[in-house]
Amino acid sequence: MGAGPTVGVLALQGDFREHIAVFSGLGIAARPVRRAEELDEIDGLVIPGGESSVMDKLSRTFGLAEPLKAAIADGLPVYGTCAGLIMLSDTVLDAIEGQQSLGGLDVAVRRNAFGNQLDSFETDLDIPELGAPPVHAAFIRAPIVESVGESVKVLSALDDGRVVAVEQGNLLGTSFHPEITGETRFHSYFASHLS
Amino acid sequence: MTDSTQGSVGTSRVKRGLAEMLKGGVIMDVVTAEQARIAEDAGAVAVMALERVPADIRAQGGVARMSDPDLIDQIVQSVSIPVMAKARIGHFVEAQVLEALGVDYIDESEVLSPADYVNHIDKWKFTVPFVCGATNLGEALRRLTEGAAMIRSKGEAGTGDVSEATKHIRTIGGEIRALQGKTEDELYVAAKDLQAPYELVADVARTGKLPTVLFTAGGVATPADAALMMQLGADGVFVGSGIFKSGDPAKRAAAIVKATTFYDDAKVIAEVSRGLGEAMVGINVADVPAPHRLASRGW
Repeated sequence: MGAGPTVGVLALQGDFREHIAVFSGLGIAARPVRRAEELDEIDGLVIPGGESSVMDKLSRTFGLAEPLKAAIADGLPVYGTCAGLIMLSDTVLDAIEGQQSLGGLDVAVRRNAFGNQLDSFETDLDIPELGAPPVHAAFIRAPIVESVGESVKVLSALDDGRVVAVEQGNLLGTSFHPEITGETRFHSYFASHLS
Repeated sequence: MTDSTQGSVGTSRVKRGLAEMLKGGVIMDVVTAEQARIAEDAGAVAVMALERVPADIRAQGGVARMSDPDLIDQIVQSVSIPVMAKARIGHFVEAQVLEALGVDYIDESEVLSPADYVNHIDKWKFTVPFVCGATNLGEALRRLTEGAAMIRSKGEAGTGDVSEATKHIRTIGGEIRALQGKTEDELYVAAKDLQAPYELVADVARTGKLPTVLFTAGGVATPADAALMMQLGADGVFVGSGIFKSGDPAKRAAAIVKATTFYDDAKVIAEVSRGLGEAMVGINVADVPAPHRLASRGW
């Protein structure tokens, strides 16, 4: 696939095909990742939307969680959307019993923070790092970042101040799903940081 | 679609979007809060709350209706994954009640006794999204026209016999592939034959897929059954009676979840299929008299 970077998309469950399609549309190589050995073949990883409790369980059962934690600590760039953000958070609030996360982002995230599906919504967000126009974002049973550590940069918040996009070193996380609204700038932004 | 303080709720995108997030997952029928917790713990992406699993509806007979609101409340409160619940075909008041109870998805389902033998629910009127069953492409497209945000192939619920599920997912896939081979002018007649709007038919012909997620249902009882559905092109699997009518529900549920993720890896499917205990006994679809087949409900 040429000399450019290859992005892996965690494909245990969720909307991984949508992320792969966004990268493909940008001319960036992307492939699904379900096994630890596949981590060696990628320059960055996206953890997609889906059900965080299921991704957690499968990643531990199939021996992916520990190698992923090691890769994150080693500096692998990872972008998590919705469930992916939960997977990257050091602290998960309203988790199911026994649920773990990979961690890395010094944040506390609350699952289903807006309520049930009736409260899922679309809105426009101003994100200075991505410029104009505003990002059109879909929040689907979405989490919220309730607290952030000192080294975490807040990229976006709702009008009421609740944080929905964060960045810390090699890690990027959004409560919402740019991959289903035709928005490509988060993926470009992420890919621009890959070597 | 209306505006809340946050933004627009009940849009097609957020309705269809939740189904996108369920892909690659298993949605399990549960009849108690305890079963719901077992399902969540086993790795279900969502649970379907109902009063009796299809195998019991089939065995006990009588009119099958929406579940008791108390039961749905208990299940909603016991898990954090999405909760779906069934309304009878055409029973828009049951759907209004389920929306008021705060379920995440409504299944307008042939498993319950139809309330209207002519009309399905006008699903555009709701903020909550709907999933509907289909045995073929035309039926799927008619449900989408009425506002469904997710389609599941019907199979024959409560049998533990996967053959109808296979037939329906193959039929839908085959009809989509046939559309892709047609010229533009042939699509007008195809739309007429499918009894579906031309625009939707043309869209499917162009993209080679439904505009929504397509799960499969009805008769899935083993990890290999689930993997078969995924290899045939399903985006995910509903398991009804197959889990809680088996010998070791928690173990079987977890095994079906793993087989759904690694559907193309026979070694994983073999490994998770070991030592699951008794599968549901089931009933061969061929032994079910035509008037008792659920898949023929809906049109």
